Amino acid sequence: MSAQKKKNEFIYFSSRNPKLLAGVSIILLFLILGLIGPSLTDHDPFAYANPLGAQPPSSGYWFGTTFFGQDVFSQLVNGLRATFLVGAIGGGLGTLLGMLIGFTAGYRGGVVDEILNALTNIVLVIPTLAVLLIIAAYLEVRSIFTECLFIGLTAWPWAARAIRAQTFSLRTRDFVDLARMSGMRPLKIIFTEIAPNMMSYLLLVFILQFGGAILTAATLDFIGLGPTNAISLGMMMQYSVMWGALQLGTWWWFIPPGLAITIIVGALYSMNVGLDEVFNPKLREM
Amino acid sequence: MKRYFGRKILIYLLTFFLAVTIDWMIPRFMPGDPVRNMLTRVSVNTNASAIQMMYDYYSHLFGLDMPLWQQYLSFWKSLFMGELGISVYLFPTPVKDVLLRAIPYDAFLLVPSILLSWYAGNKFGAFAARSKWLDNTISPLSYILTATPYMWLGILLAWFFGIVLGIFPIAGAYSFTMRPNLSWNFIGSVFHHWFLPFASLFLVGFGGWAIGMRNMIIYELEADYSHFLGALGAPKKLVRKYAFSNAVLPQITGLALQLGVIVAGALVTEVVFSYPGIGYLLLAAIQNQDYFLIQGCFLFIIIGVLLANFIIDIAYILVDPRTRRGMTGETA
Amino acid sequence: MGLQVENLTIYYQTLSGDVRALENATFSLEGGEIMGLAGESGCGKTTLGHSLIFLAPPMKYVGGRVLLDGEELPIQDMEKMNEFRFRDISIIPQYAMNALNPIRKIGRMTEELLQAKKVDFKAVLPELKRRLDLVKLPHDVLDLYPIELSGGMKQRMVMVVSTLLDPSLLIADEITSALDVASQKAVAEMLVEFRDQDCCKSAIVITHDISILYQIADSIMIMYAGQVAEKASTRTIIHSPRHPYTKLLISSLPEIGVKYSERQLTGIPGKPPLLLDPPPGCRFRDRCPIAFDKCLEVPPFVEIEKGHFVACWKEAGNA
Repeated sequence: MSAQKKKNEFIYFSSRNPKLLAGVSIILLFLILGLIGPSLTDHDPFAYANPLGAQPPSSGYWFGTTFFGQDVFSQLVNGLRATFLVGAIGGGLGTLLGMLIGFTAGYRGGVVDEILNALTNIVLVIPTLAVLLIIAAYLEVRSIFTECLFIGLTAWPWAARAIRAQTFSLRTRDFVDLARMSGMRPLKIIFTEIAPNMMSYLLLVFILQFGGAILTAATLDFIGLGPTNAISLGMMMQYSVMWGALQLGTWWWFIPPGLAITIIVGALYSMNVGLDEVFNPKLREM
Repeated sequence: MKRYFGRKILIYLLTFFLAVTIDWMIPRFMPGDPVRNMLTRVSVNTNASAIQMMYDYYSHLFGLDMPLWQQYLSFWKSLFMGELGISVYLFPTPVKDVLLRAIPYDAFLLVPSILLSWYAGNKFGAFAARSKWLDNTISPLSYILTATPYMWLGILLAWFFGIVLGIFPIAGAYSFTMRPNLSWNFIGSVFHHWFLPFASLFLVGFGGWAIGMRNMIIYELEADYSHFLGALGAPKKLVRKYAFSNAVLPQITGLALQLGVIVAGALVTEVVFSYPGIGYLLLAAIQNQDYFLIQGCFLFIIIGVLLANFIIDIAYILVDPRTRRGMTGETA
Repeated sequence: MGLQVENLTIYYQTLSGDVRALENATFSLEGGEIMGLAGESGCGKTTLGHSLIFLAPPMKYVGGRVLLDGEELPIQDMEKMNEFRFRDISIIPQYAMNALNPIRKIGRMTEELLQAKKVDFKAVLPELKRRLDLVKLPHDVLDLYPIELSGGMKQRMVMVVSTLLDPSLLIADEITSALDVASQKAVAEMLVEFRDQDCCKSAIVITHDISILYQIADSIMIMYAGQVAEKASTRTIIHSPRHPYTKLLISSLPEIGVKYSERQLTGIPGKPPLLLDPPPGCRFRDRCPIAFDKCLEVPPFVEIEKGHFVACWKEAGNA
């Protein structure tokens, strides 16, 4: 099948897959909200804007204010930026490392594979959050980027495993043999012959890494190990619990951040299922 | 089987070795002086000489006055003797005792929620594969549940059932007015406090397992052996039964892979409900810069996860004949 | 007795529309007959074989009927067919290598399958063991898991399981294609042995390999592009075929043993028509050296001699 026809088919089935369309629309909606949201409000996320303290949503403060009178909407839209950053950079780094290790192990095989596989299994067994916790606990200043870095550095193992398995099955195919016999260098074979044939698979891996990074970041932030110089959705939940939002019944403080994460991650999963149906004709409904 | 087990144990030993090394390394190679940091918290009400005394004491405890390799060896030595140092936050209780007190709560919360959510998720996932209608209800619900951050579901449950309806307590492991004893009253209170944290861990886990099983069983129902049974007119019940028992295998492997995520979920859930397990301790330790306690919690979590992995491996061998018969089968 | 198929039409549902994989198939099979079913890939032979026993989506029943020993088979009703499957009609699938549940011992799987069909396993056990002897499998395979068997052993095991209830009709789908030449011959001979011992009354052997049919089949039916082309005794098909497609097919075999699907049909320009929207009339028309006006209509499948059926207008007059 020609590349052009394949592309057309992809667009044809994508544009008719409700799960994919719904997922993409929701993600775009939140992305736009994160991008333009902060310019829609005059309040700094940390500023004690409302002298009355915790107040329910009103025309002045769309999502209400926190115990300290901070604008929840402003915190939410700024937190969304952190969420997308962590997903894109943390998830992207996790995918890249997974590709690097998975491709190498799967393509090289032998001793290299044994060692990388053992390494993958070890990191897979260690509860990575625990490692993240102690690293973060010792750092006095943390930025969103260090958080991304840590998450990416610990999230790769399952991606590496999955990519290794795929590479394994691809490397014995005719076109790879042909490339090898024509003297192409391994790195070039991986990037010109193997990776393009796994594009759809890599995209699915990235989406899952994206969602996973968001959830991990929320956990770190909630324990109080989030960035020290920014606001995030996890930190909003942490502050709300710490300052008795539950007991005070100020639901507008803790519902938006968690709901936003749930919807974003849920939309990512929906995208994943949809893309899977687009890529695998077998799963398409008759 | 021997080979399979040997490999597994080697991986676990390596993992443990690596984890302990990380645990030892981080306070020593991080920027800043851990002991100084730790003491700035405690020092508010103490005079300078007392601080110096404590500084010397902790430096010695950390072994910071020795060469690195000696520090490392003595770290292992004290680890094997069960010496994890003295907690700063709960001074002067040894970290080991603090952890031992928390263990029962963690076991009580984690074991039932992991096992029940795994069991129920598998059952419902298999159920979802039966018809379009069930699939269209169970699957989206499961996806939403598994996309929910643990702490947020905990917060929602605590707020709704604890505050709005007021039918469940939202903090502690038993009523503040009670002292632990073996009365029905006390046991009732323990279960009353346990229910909401259990429910939030259960629900998030349930969603993930249901999706996993649904996808696996649909795959197995399309497998050749399922088609053969169908062609021989075997009843759907038998076909499903076979598909289920094949689909459960990757779910067992999945359980081992998910342990890290589940533990993380338990940590934050305990924080939400002020449930006195390791997660709650860890939060307190972090807020109080109690490095010994943080180290202890980390080790405890690692050992717990490795142990659970080992148990799952044994369970897997019991269920999958291929590993028993010396075939490689599925390698987890 | 035996099998009668009348005007059987089966389509495949796909996103682009119905693929007309089998159109108006009419033929019959005597009791005790082993019929080879051959044709190029995509000619509808597998569709025909499967539709007789397990007509599952995306296959769609369009019309026709099937009688086995005088009784009509409800092939379009997945539930009702269960009564007939295994007891009256059975299959050795193409995927025999993976047909057994990997995590059940073979004996236990057989027991559970029989129980589900309300058959007493204990009563069948002696016969099961006798048949294991027949296919030269040791009795303790029943205590093994499928992965502990070689490919050939699995193939023979599936053969034993499929025929355990002495079905009237056995469908053997490409049973030799995954095996080496030596095992191919052995398995083919076992099939004849099974028929001779009444483990099954008659059989349809779907294959790519005409040389196997030459050894074991009583008759051969040739299909082309979803239509039945010719059916006759094996001798007749090999030595004096009448349908132009069969003639080309047989003559293109340089020697018995070459699988014709691996070769382009020499001397026949063009390819089989797409079955999504096939041209009317005889579907071989475009490639046929002797086609004429009449071929715009579908030729009838007529008996030109006893037991020799041809669907070709050039032969229709000879009936």
